[in-house]
Amino acid sequence: MAARRRLWHGLRVARTLWATQYAYMLEYRAEIALWALSGVVPFIMLGVWSAAGTAAQASGFSQPELARYFLCAFVARQFSVVWVVWQFEEDALQGRLSPYLLQPLHPLWRYVASHQAEQATRLPFVLVIAALFFLLQPLAFALPGPGRALLGVLAVGLAFAINFLLQSLIAACCFWTERASALERLLYIPYLFLSGLVAPLESFPEPVRAWALRTPFPLMVAFPARLLSGDPFPTGPHALSIAGGFGAMALWIVLLVPLLVLVWRAGVRRYSAMGA
Amino acid sequence: MGRYLRSLRRFWGTAAAGQMEYQLNLLIELVAMAGNLAGSLFVLSLFFRQGEGLGGWSWPAAQVVLGAYTVLDGLTSTLLRPNLSRIVTHVQEGTLDFVLLKPIDSQFWLSLRTVSPAGLPELAVGAGLMLWAAPQAGASLAPASLVLALVLLAAAAVILYALWFVLAATSIWFVKTWNATEVLRAALTAGRYPVSAYPPALRTLFTLVLPVAFLTTVPAEAILGRLHWHWGVASVLVAALALVVSRLFWRFALRFYTSASS
Repeated sequence: MAARRRLWHGLRVARTLWATQYAYMLEYRAEIALWALSGVVPFIMLGVWSAAGTAAQASGFSQPELARYFLCAFVARQFSVVWVVWQFEEDALQGRLSPYLLQPLHPLWRYVASHQAEQATRLPFVLVIAALFFLLQPLAFALPGPGRALLGVLAVGLAFAINFLLQSLIAACCFWTERASALERLLYIPYLFLSGLVAPLESFPEPVRAWALRTPFPLMVAFPARLLSGDPFPTGPHALSIAGGFGAMALWIVLLVPLLVLVWRAGVRRYSAMGA
Repeated sequence: MGRYLRSLRRFWGTAAAGQMEYQLNLLIELVAMAGNLAGSLFVLSLFFRQGEGLGGWSWPAAQVVLGAYTVLDGLTSTLLRPNLSRIVTHVQEGTLDFVLLKPIDSQFWLSLRTVSPAGLPELAVGAGLMLWAAPQAGASLAPASLVLALVLLAAAAVILYALWFVLAATSIWFVKTWNATEVLRAALTAGRYPVSAYPPALRTLFTLVLPVAFLTTVPAEAILGRLHWHWGVASVLVAALALVVSRLFWRFALRFYTSASS
């Protein structure tokens, strides 16, 4: 009985959070559209990769597959972008964090809700960009089967979760240093080069790929992009597979959640409000 | 003129002294630069694994282009980002009024008020990469081609500056244009590769609409000693035009400035 009431209460809190954050994000539609556009890097890289024909073919990509891969990498990135560290840093510096900490709701849930609201605002822009892309590259047009599409959406959601957990871990460093966003820059570099955003993992030399697959980065872009594209997964040693990818994602989440809880608790104990 | 040079020395002296307070930030910048360069070289090397090359550029020649990109990126961190990102804040908070009241040219003040030494190592490493890779690509590094490369890099810097400044100046109408500069930054990463590495449609786009070709490919060809003279002339002309346009655009924008909260 008590459990059911708590679940009910949780749902109501979530609905209110989503509704307010969505209304807030709608105000910033134009900015979010520009932000969606600033993810053009996969399209630029598609240009280089398709002009350098043999390098792509040697990685097992036909031209339409390559185009689909980079489009899906763009989509995966759009819905797993995380900016919690900047928001959190600002809230901490401006003193807004103190009232949040007093509320009977973990502050991170508020950020989760605002990220999800922002993704909902982004959706129409991403659909327009994808439609334009297929108009320009009609040969690349193909939709994944319903099963693959569902798995793809699930993978994007989990990629967002891993990204969010990693960045929150850095954000929690705000309790110790005021400029945690500088640390985020360091996390972004391996993400950019190893996630599959600028080059498909299949084009990496064997040892680098084996090493990259031990990091969470390929799970954030390359894996969901492959699922969304509907194209078959590559075979051979050191290759991502559907089961392996989801297993690794679960493992990272199981690892990161307790770590974040511990760091957060230690940080709050150390926290002594800005300017107070 | 002398007054402007004296002001500049004061501006940068205080800014550098302020930045030196944050040594940890400097260290993080250094690590980030090394990581970025290593990653860019790695991705570039992926195109050369099959031995075909990138748009007719050899591996060392493509590194020269990456070097030019690194130089401009360093310049962006040193001068453009610290200064031009503040225009938005000035408009938003109404402090642009104070800038306009100063007895000094407002575009000069806004563009060169501060400097961030954290970007200097990147500038040096980019120049080093250009000088190291060019002889391997068969360049003789004759003084004439070095001077030409330097002039064209300066022209590239002016073009880059004008693009950023015009975009930042639109904040007079739209207030929040920070994300627009992010779009520009993302699109400019195309300069990591020679412009001939792109399909024809993008090549046209990167030459005529978004002049990425003038930013990195043209200076790289100059240091390699294989620049067609008309590209060099075009680059300088585009730079001059960009500077004039940024000037006129700022004058035009100011006519619409009505200060915050009024």
